[in-house]
Amino acid sequence: MSTTTQEVKQAEKEPLFGKKERRLITDPLNDNNPITVQVLGICSALAVTSLVYPSVVMAVAVVFVTAFSSLATSLLRNYIPKSVRMIVQLVIIATLVTVVELTLKYLNYPVYKQLSVYIGLIITNCIVMGRLEAFSMANKPWRSFLDGIGNGLGYGLILIAVGVVREVFGKGSLFAGSPLEMKIIGNTEAYWINTETSTMFGWYANNNLMVLPAAAMFVIGIIIWIQRSRNTKLVDVS
Amino acid sequence: MENNRYVIIFVFILTATVAVLLTFLREATKDQAALNEEIFNKRAILSAIEDKTGKDSGEFTDEEVVQLFEAKFTQKVVNVEGETLEGVSADDIDMAKEKKKPESERRLPVYIYEDGGDKVYVLSVRGNGLWDEIWGNIALAEDLNTVVGAAFDHKGETPGLGAEIKDNPTFANNFKGKQIMDNDGDFVSILVRKGGAEPGNPHQVDGISGATVTANGVTKMLESGLENYMPYLNDLRGEGQQGMLQEQ
Repeated sequence: MSTTTQEVKQAEKEPLFGKKERRLITDPLNDNNPITVQVLGICSALAVTSLVYPSVVMAVAVVFVTAFSSLATSLLRNYIPKSVRMIVQLVIIATLVTVVELTLKYLNYPVYKQLSVYIGLIITNCIVMGRLEAFSMANKPWRSFLDGIGNGLGYGLILIAVGVVREVFGKGSLFAGSPLEMKIIGNTEAYWINTETSTMFGWYANNNLMVLPAAAMFVIGIIIWIQRSRNTKLVDVS
Repeated sequence: MENNRYVIIFVFILTATVAVLLTFLREATKDQAALNEEIFNKRAILSAIEDKTGKDSGEFTDEEVVQLFEAKFTQKVVNVEGETLEGVSADDIDMAKEKKKPESERRLPVYIYEDGGDKVYVLSVRGNGLWDEIWGNIALAEDLNTVVGAAFDHKGETPGLGAEIKDNPTFANNFKGKQIMDNDGDFVSILVRKGGAEPGNPHQVDGISGATVTANGVTKMLESGLENYMPYLNDLRGEGQQGMLQEQ
């Protein structure tokens, strides 16, 4: 009897995947999305989303950086001198970003070339440092880690959604540059729908605007619109 | 806890740990990363001669790229006087670094592709676009005049506009069949012409609407880049003509 209550108490204190822990991951996906609700990390969301594949790589990289920088900051939070805490956070983030850069160079050089400067710019992504300041400095490692994963995923989700829209309408393909490449619509035989021969889609042409970073702004705007019309409690927040 | 000594010691330990960690990681991945970069650059050369290899440069596996270069390519490095430089491999030439040197000191890579008596010379050029550097590989046929293929790349041109020099295959394809010299054998280069090339002019290609600065950058890059190769090409042509005379 006594042992069970103890177990329950312990479980209440530090459950691995309790309700709160789950919310740490699911909240940033919708109600507290870093891009559409907090409007952070827009710069890279505009820059890397013209194709899906680099967006996915970027999303994975950011999840890795937010998760492990949150974990590291949280582990060190009681030792970090307050006067230099931001510099310490930046050192941690920069280290992890360098790890990502070296790994990418090792595993997939063409994508490394394609993302080029934006990998380095993860360091300045407000989402990462924002979560370290707001959450990891005051929370335990496991929860910080989950918060990092959640926010990284929330960012990545929007990135990939924007990437899909931009690539399909801008280039007529999906996952270009990866082994999964799908050619959907275009003016050669390589595409599923060949606009040269198809009678139904003869009028179709790729939208060049979609290739430009400005298109990401429109797409994100539309995503915010849809999200807020479905989730009305967000409307007052802004 | 907040005294200066603690702060300094903390930061010192943190940065030292990070430095050691990253050094190890870099050392461990260095060789493979260098190989990846080399294959990436070789693919760029292959994409200039897609007509000759009959394959998209992306369709070769990494091993095939290395094998193809061993089997069918010879490479050399020349200077702007056309002299062949010994003891240096074209693979080691970094055009970004060469571009910063004065022209007289530049070293220029030449890749010669040979397949069944068919010879193609691939030359590298580098210049400036609108935002940052642009570069390309130009493949010349055995007459050292007719372009058989070209491929361009860039660091940060605007997607959909300047970036079309890489993304739109039509731009590079337009270079095929153009000539870099006039009938007298004088160098004229190839002009990327705003508003479209004059029909039948072998020294002009269509520009890209909305990307005039990048297109002008390509024109300038070809003019200065190919001109540096001219002494070498002229020497080669001289040798070729002598050979033909002897045969006669």
